[in-house]
Amino acid sequence: MAIDLQTVKKIASLARISVTDGEAEALVPELNNIIGWVEQLGEVDVTGVEPMTAVIPNTLRLRDDVVTDGNVRDKVLANAPQAEHGFFAVPKVIE
Amino acid sequence: MSNLTDLTVAQIRDGFRAGDFTAREVAEGFNANVAAAKVLNAFIVETPDHALAAADAADKARGEGDLLPLSGVPIGMKDLFCTAGVQTTAASHMLEGFTPTYESTVSGKLWAAGAGMLGKLNLDQFAMGSSNETSFFGNVISPWKRNDGGNAALAPGGSSGGSASAISARLCPAATGTDTGGSIRQPAAFVGISGIKPTYGRCSRWGVVAFASSLDQAGPMARTIRDNAILLESMAGFDPKDSTSLDLPVPNWETALSSDLRGKKVGIPKEYRVDGMPAEIEALWEKGIALLKDAGAEVVEVSLPHTRYALPTYYIIAPAEASSNLARYDGVRYGLRDLPDGANLQDMYAATRAAGFGPEVKRRIMIGTYVLSAGFYDAYYTQAQKVRTLIARDFDRAFESCDLLLTPTAPSAAFALGEKQADPLAMYLNDVFTVPASLAGLPAMSVPGGLDSQGLPLGLQIIGKALDEQGVLNAGLAIEERAGFSARPDQWW
Repeated sequence: MAIDLQTVKKIASLARISVTDGEAEALVPELNNIIGWVEQLGEVDVTGVEPMTAVIPNTLRLRDDVVTDGNVRDKVLANAPQAEHGFFAVPKVIE
Repeated sequence: MSNLTDLTVAQIRDGFRAGDFTAREVAEGFNANVAAAKVLNAFIVETPDHALAAADAADKARGEGDLLPLSGVPIGMKDLFCTAGVQTTAASHMLEGFTPTYESTVSGKLWAAGAGMLGKLNLDQFAMGSSNETSFFGNVISPWKRNDGGNAALAPGGSSGGSASAISARLCPAATGTDTGGSIRQPAAFVGISGIKPTYGRCSRWGVVAFASSLDQAGPMARTIRDNAILLESMAGFDPKDSTSLDLPVPNWETALSSDLRGKKVGIPKEYRVDGMPAEIEALWEKGIALLKDAGAEVVEVSLPHTRYALPTYYIIAPAEASSNLARYDGVRYGLRDLPDGANLQDMYAATRAAGFGPEVKRRIMIGTYVLSAGFYDAYYTQAQKVRTLIARDFDRAFESCDLLLTPTAPSAAFALGEKQADPLAMYLNDVFTVPASLAGLPAMSVPGGLDSQGLPLGLQIIGKALDEQGVLNAGLAIEERAGFSARPDQWW
């Protein structure tokens, strides 16, 4: 098995998704099926092929380095689960 | 007066202008249909007042001779577009209750063109799915039934399943969709309507809840090609707020509609004749070829040698981009927060995301996280981006000998809800014909081609060169005029 239980738990931790042991066990065959299937790409000869970076040729535009928005603090905070004194509030992070 | 809710967008627009009816009558008619069809679960939020306000503005504008392109036309809005003051959820628990303080560019353009909103349409959660079974707000039901006397509830396709179901059931004359790997085209095919995914970059992605940014494209869904052209003209256009927006003028697609295909070459990609293709899909394809020949097109066989690698490529790139895009849902700035007793910040992230995402979304985030993780990035993600280059190159080469491509839209008619849910891979295979054009950023649309032996719609897909929406629409029109598709679901709801 390419992906074992420990790997699933590691991926879940990297993705910041808590999983129960039962969920992690169920994910092992599911993820193996999908990853095993996409691994067929390994057989394609890509010698000298550049990875795609833009589907339609386009150049990133530059604009003048000026403030174009702002002063919308209350709008920014309007959907926050917890906002205090004009800031997003989170659990204490200093250990 | 005929039933106003049976009219197309063009008929509503023109009849309203001619004074045959008021915009308010139209909006009231569709509001009533929406209210009476709750069993289809096509809408997450209904906004009858928005539709009425736009209608009243249209009626006033008509009196003053000050009409806009979509004055008098109410539409449905896929709940992936942020709408100011109206809950926008992407069909997720994570965003339940999220009320944007801003308007997406595409929806804003439609309102500025005079359209009104009937409601926010249900979809697969974060647009991840092909059957509308991953929505936190429940399955959307297709208005279609098999003619076998059974009563199986059918999938409307996905991810734009609410849009498809609502249009087919005459709850709205048209709607917005978004298409990452087929999410406009496959549902359109499943319910017997049309829908076009324009060239990547035509429609701004600003304010659209992101799934896979290099693939996501907005587009219209409606019952006719003309309606799609009308809607797309109002949705497309350069937007400095989207760095991948194309800085090009918007063509007058509706005016230039023509079903005369003389001088056009239509390619039939031989690799799309997949093993085990149902005979009915094969027959539909043959019928499409005959219709396009009848319209004057020359039909040639072409080769897209990397077709079989398109789906696995997609299922690396799309989850990779999703895992990155969906990292924003952290329980801090908007959306759900799950803060267990005594939890620290990291625990809060993990608990919030466990509670807020559905199983398919978690699966894709985890696949994406895996293929982007240290030690695997080159083997999976870089390799997929290289194969994507080869897939796009296949199309470039094919278009050296033809102007358009014709394929089936989906490998089958609509399946029953629950039928494919057990196996994620079987569900992914539904997008086998739509994903390649997405990977190459090409314009592609689905148009109804006929019914299968169970009385269910089947769609034909037309793929065009980059920026040639006109060619795609014109070929769609040629099929529409000749296929004479007029079937509609019997009203059982």
